[in-house]
Amino acid sequence: MVPVIIFVLSSLITLGAAVAVVTNRNILHSAFYLILAFVGVASIYVMLEAPFIAVVQVLVYIGAIAILIVFAIMLTRRLMSKDLVQVNAQWGWALFGAVGSFVVLGWIAYSVQWPVSVQTVPADSITLIGEELLSTYVIPFEIASVLLLAALVGAIIIGRERE
Amino acid sequence: MSVPINWYLVVAAALFSIGLYGVLSRRNAIGILMGIELMLNAVNINLITFWRYLDPVRITGQIFAIFVFTVAAAEVAVGLALVISIYRNRDTVVVEDIDLLKE
Repeated sequence: MVPVIIFVLSSLITLGAAVAVVTNRNILHSAFYLILAFVGVASIYVMLEAPFIAVVQVLVYIGAIAILIVFAIMLTRRLMSKDLVQVNAQWGWALFGAVGSFVVLGWIAYSVQWPVSVQTVPADSITLIGEELLSTYVIPFEIASVLLLAALVGAIIIGRERE
Repeated sequence: MSVPINWYLVVAAALFSIGLYGVLSRRNAIGILMGIELMLNAVNINLITFWRYLDPVRITGQIFAIFVFTVAAAEVAVGLALVISIYRNRDTVVVEDIDLLKE
């Protein structure tokens, strides 16, 4: 019973914060709710017995991405004060599309009989991640590092001041 | 009693749809990026859920999620650099006003 209660609580926190992210009129408050949504997703990862992914979620999403978004909002703040309209003209269609996608996806996820495995997670799953990353998946791993380097250089070049 | 797989998938579908609404309805470019982050998080919940319930012995699902993290970090860095660059040149971050190619 306890896992169900924890699951429902973390899901409600995640989804409530996500709704606040997309509806809040103050974009800075949206960014703070985004951090709360990331924390909720991290707790869902913990419930799914993926502790490494949960830690990476906190490190990368909250520690890097959310902070970067807050920085960008601060740098562009003057024009996005809260008395401006924050949604565009087709928000009704957007709401329709979002509800439609939830109905379709949720119906598929709920009605399919997934072939659930009875096996349990190996005790040393974090060791296993490290070994797999440096053996089976070593080429994608290296390509990801090149991608990060390219994104870093690209972001600096795009973002720097031109004389 | 453990949580059935369907519940996780429905939560991920809801998170994805909320992010989709944010992407489609926001006027602020940074708001659109935040919606994309929510959608990527929903995808990661799906990946970890399928790994945990369908094939927990091999670690492939978690590896895939780690690569999604990497790509999301790269995407948000470049995206925010673009937003700041556009703000410096056009003095706006409202996507409707960024219509250089239409003029």
